[in-house]
Amino acid sequence: MSLQEELQGPPPAKLVVDHVSKWFKQKRQNVHALDDISLEVAEGEFIVIVGPSGCGKSTLLDIIAGLEKPDKGRVLADNQPVLAPGRHRLVMFQESALFPWLNAFGNVMFGLKLKPGLRNRERREVAKFFLYLVGLEKFMEANVHELSGGMKQRVALARALAPNPRVLLMDEPFAALDAMTREQLYGDIQQIWQKRRKTIIFVTHNVREAACLADRVVIMTPMPGRIREIFEVDLPRPRDFNSIEIAQQASKLTAALKGYLTPEPVVSVE
Amino acid sequence: MRRALLAVLFFVALVAIWAALVHAKIWSPVLLPSPRSVGQYLIAALRDGTLLQATEVTLRRLLLGYFIGLAIGLPLGFLTASLKFAEDTVGVLALGLQTLPSVCWVPLALLWFGQTEGAMLFVVIMGTMWSVIIATDTGVRTIPPIYARAARTMGSRYFHKWMHVILPASLPFLVSGMKQGWAFAWRSLMAAEIFVTILTGFGLGHLLHYGRELNAMDQVIGIMLVIVVIGLLADKILFSPWERFLHRRWGTGRT
Repeated sequence: MSLQEELQGPPPAKLVVDHVSKWFKQKRQNVHALDDISLEVAEGEFIVIVGPSGCGKSTLLDIIAGLEKPDKGRVLADNQPVLAPGRHRLVMFQESALFPWLNAFGNVMFGLKLKPGLRNRERREVAKFFLYLVGLEKFMEANVHELSGGMKQRVALARALAPNPRVLLMDEPFAALDAMTREQLYGDIQQIWQKRRKTIIFVTHNVREAACLADRVVIMTPMPGRIREIFEVDLPRPRDFNSIEIAQQASKLTAALKGYLTPEPVVSVE
Repeated sequence: MRRALLAVLFFVALVAIWAALVHAKIWSPVLLPSPRSVGQYLIAALRDGTLLQATEVTLRRLLLGYFIGLAIGLPLGFLTASLKFAEDTVGVLALGLQTLPSVCWVPLALLWFGQTEGAMLFVVIMGTMWSVIIATDTGVRTIPPIYARAARTMGSRYFHKWMHVILPASLPFLVSGMKQGWAFAWRSLMAAEIFVTILTGFGLGHLLHYGRELNAMDQVIGIMLVIVVIGLLADKILFSPWERFLHRRWGTGRT
């Protein structure tokens, strides 16, 4: 495989979540984390899953990644059942999960070294390319603790992109960042997604973030975790986080979420 | 430079106070020898070879026992951290035996091995091993689970995971465990050498012991100084490079 082909990468994958349920055993009771979740994700689609904490959105992401097994149902990636984590579906976590014993370059190399069929020289080239893509080519030698929160997430993004996965799974990757850094990253992630077409599933509890990034927004509610509604966001890209259209879309999402979360009013007799 | 100068000044002051106390003749010179006589003893012992020979004997026992202790302790620590069965057996044993002062192994070692090098080695290994097991175990357990998860998604499993994730991630704990193991090994060997005379080699502990027998306080203090200096050097040579690396990479620990 030539370096050029390697950088182009395989086509994005199609994902099918097929009637997935999941329970967590706890001392007192079993928690019903996911209830009969079905979702089809097209190749190269950007899906954002929104819901309050405890709605099982991270669990769903773990199941798609293969880090957790569903108790019922299955996940198909390109018609192949997902049984374990695989190189074609890489995860970006809320904390950067960068390895502190490696520098930025070493972290990006970690996944690449586990990818067969490449020469080491090529791996280094690929790692440099992706650090360049996230704008950190000057920080290749930096240690993890020397990077700011936003820079850490950029390295984590480069690390997840470098082995050229077909699916990128992002678990609230920007939740711990300050607003300024976050807005910058929204721009970056859209740009990168357009350049390097990937299927992306992005989990968040921030509706505005969802409206800004998604092709489709999946709304989930807790106890048990269910998909309640799916919104299409049909706005041109790149989208500006602070634009009125995004705000309108976000308020629509908020209204829907609130509608599901407010309990039915109890009629009281005086 | 300024720091080094201050340190030198501090030690010069200590020796000056010591000399002044000797000069004041509060205690008999038999109990408190002058810095000069201690220095003279050390030079004489260096010249006739006893000091170097004793240091060599002691260091050989120490390093051999220490590295055997590490070689057994590190894998066992990884084992107790990853297998429930090992945790309930070896882990409990290590926890118990770690609390046993390593001097307490000396009588047992003597009965088992007699007055031999084997007894010395055994005491040092026992002093090292258990604390290394405990430190390794703690180190592996405190690794944030997110590292292992991230590594798994990238395809790191089994041997690769142990070598490239678990081992480096637990490095800060391993180094402090190795340091603690070293301290225990050093203490237990000195205790054993003071207690027991072994004809195959006279270590620093023996010199200390015979200094007492001969009422040669200059020898006692001289050897104690040598022991302290060896401890300091070991720290600088064996552990400082690791700690500097950890400090640079992790951004924690001492400079």
